[in-house]
Amino acid sequence: MAPSTPTEFIEKWLAIPKRLSRQTLDRLAKKWMGFQTVAVGMLVPLIALALLLRAQPILTVRPLGELLFGTTWHPIKQAFGFYPFIMGTLWVTITSMIIAVPPSLMVAIYLAEYAPQRVRALIKPLIDLLAGIPSVVYGVWGVLTVVPLIRNYVAPTIDRWLSFVPLFQSDNPTGYSVLAGGVVLAVMVFPIIIAVAEEVIHAVPRDLREASLAMGATRWQTMKYVTLRKAVAGVIAAIGLGFSRAFGETMAVMMVVGNVPKVPSSILDSAYPLTALIANNYGEMMSVPLYDAALLGAALFLMVVVLIFNIASRLTLVRLVQHS
Amino acid sequence: MLSDRKSDMSEPHIRMNDLNVWYGSYHILRHITADIPAQGITAIIGPSGCGKTTLLKSINRLLDEMEGTRVQGQIWLDGMNIYDNGVDVTEVRTRVGFLAPKPSPLPMSIYDNVAYGPRIHQHDHNSRGSKNQDLDRIVELNLRAAGLWEEVKDRLRSSASQLSTGQQQRLCLARALAVKPDVLLCDEPTSALDPIAAQKIEAQLRELKKERTIVVVTHMLRQARRMADHVIFLWMGELVEAGPAMQMFAKPRDGRTQAYLDGDIG
Repeated sequence: MAPSTPTEFIEKWLAIPKRLSRQTLDRLAKKWMGFQTVAVGMLVPLIALALLLRAQPILTVRPLGELLFGTTWHPIKQAFGFYPFIMGTLWVTITSMIIAVPPSLMVAIYLAEYAPQRVRALIKPLIDLLAGIPSVVYGVWGVLTVVPLIRNYVAPTIDRWLSFVPLFQSDNPTGYSVLAGGVVLAVMVFPIIIAVAEEVIHAVPRDLREASLAMGATRWQTMKYVTLRKAVAGVIAAIGLGFSRAFGETMAVMMVVGNVPKVPSSILDSAYPLTALIANNYGEMMSVPLYDAALLGAALFLMVVVLIFNIASRLTLVRLVQHS
Repeated sequence: MLSDRKSDMSEPHIRMNDLNVWYGSYHILRHITADIPAQGITAIIGPSGCGKTTLLKSINRLLDEMEGTRVQGQIWLDGMNIYDNGVDVTEVRTRVGFLAPKPSPLPMSIYDNVAYGPRIHQHDHNSRGSKNQDLDRIVELNLRAAGLWEEVKDRLRSSASQLSTGQQQRLCLARALAVKPDVLLCDEPTSALDPIAAQKIEAQLRELKKERTIVVVTHMLRQARRMADHVIFLWMGELVEAGPAMQMFAKPRDGRTQAYLDGDIG
């Protein structure tokens, strides 16, 4: 009898598993889950392949060097130089790493080595929460707090005392700058670097610290000469993971860096990162020849750089785990 | 003269006075009062979990490094209570060395392992130049004292992790000796080693006791019989009996000691 109502229809299908033997069901479930696992694993190569295919048109007519080092971006005139954007990304990323790495490592060391168990148990989840905040929230915070702070206080102060240093010279009065992007990104990568670095430092065997402490070394000496020495590869990996996060971040950065397609020469200059270029322009003026291919080429470049950093960091971590 | 001081029981090197230790709420050591004579080997024996290692680690305040540990009472070292407020822990640990059960070479060369202690106390970790020869001498001296020199003298700059377990343990011994401790605490120093390697460590300790006070924790009665000049017997966190090894092994005063020595308990 054919099912007549939706309820009956659903019930009929739900009844099927009950009729199968549990061994068959187990085999089917295994196959289905296995298939999904493979499908997820294939996503990275498939995305890379799709980007490559879509970027193909421009890659075939323009030498890679011209794309990466061309300084002019003028799609209507068919000028597609990524250079200002690559430099924008690098400026912002490196600024953020300079701001983020020292405090992150100190927090990681404190949590792994000095903090009482209770403090560690309380602070670690809080730091992990930082990683879960949507990036647009960080962007808004940047616009409302960081940018005005730079415009009203930081930039004038720097201008007054440090204007002889080229790195700090700028006539950009807006506050939307490399520095603003760097600060926002730094806050976003804190939790990543702290979490991974803390984990690696904590994993250094207790016996090693004890051996050092038992000879009358202070905790700091033990940290510096023994624990960090043992954990150094992992700490570098932690920084690498933070770097690739900063490198690929889009939303928060493009809200605060000003998006001026010019190679910055000061941290107070505006910049235009690669990610922002893609996000701001994709979908508009797509009738311009090669425009679409150029943007997807930029995306491919981003992806390759981030993947390299990610894979290198993870390989280091894996090797570290195997050795200990 | 050395043997004079050894038998001089009136002046112990270490004196524990009503020592109590808690892990959280667990009272692991109860009212320990005992003397450890200068020079010679004092063995702390007793079944697993009776607090041997805890007692040992209390003598150079390594217990401080374990969270949730509380210590009450005094340990006098050459007339100084190491649990007094204001005592410099690093100073205590410099005078009281420690050898762990499992060798733990630091992630550096053989040479740097032995030089580690002297360097951290110089406050100039990477000193080169004039200090170099002194350091060379210290490294050689202590590797010899640990009976390792002949085996490693041609590869001092290679990584310590390439040594065998037995060699690593002697390296740890050399490293501990390099800061010239008066007292050396050894926590089951041969438990991770094969019999041959264990024998070498025992031989070195027997040699070293002539100039130092050595305290060895062991759960191997035969090892205690071989090495000890004095014995402290712990049972469930309490000190049952302590005294010269000869007397303890031949005619223990307490029934529990007798039972432990006979293998009836523990």
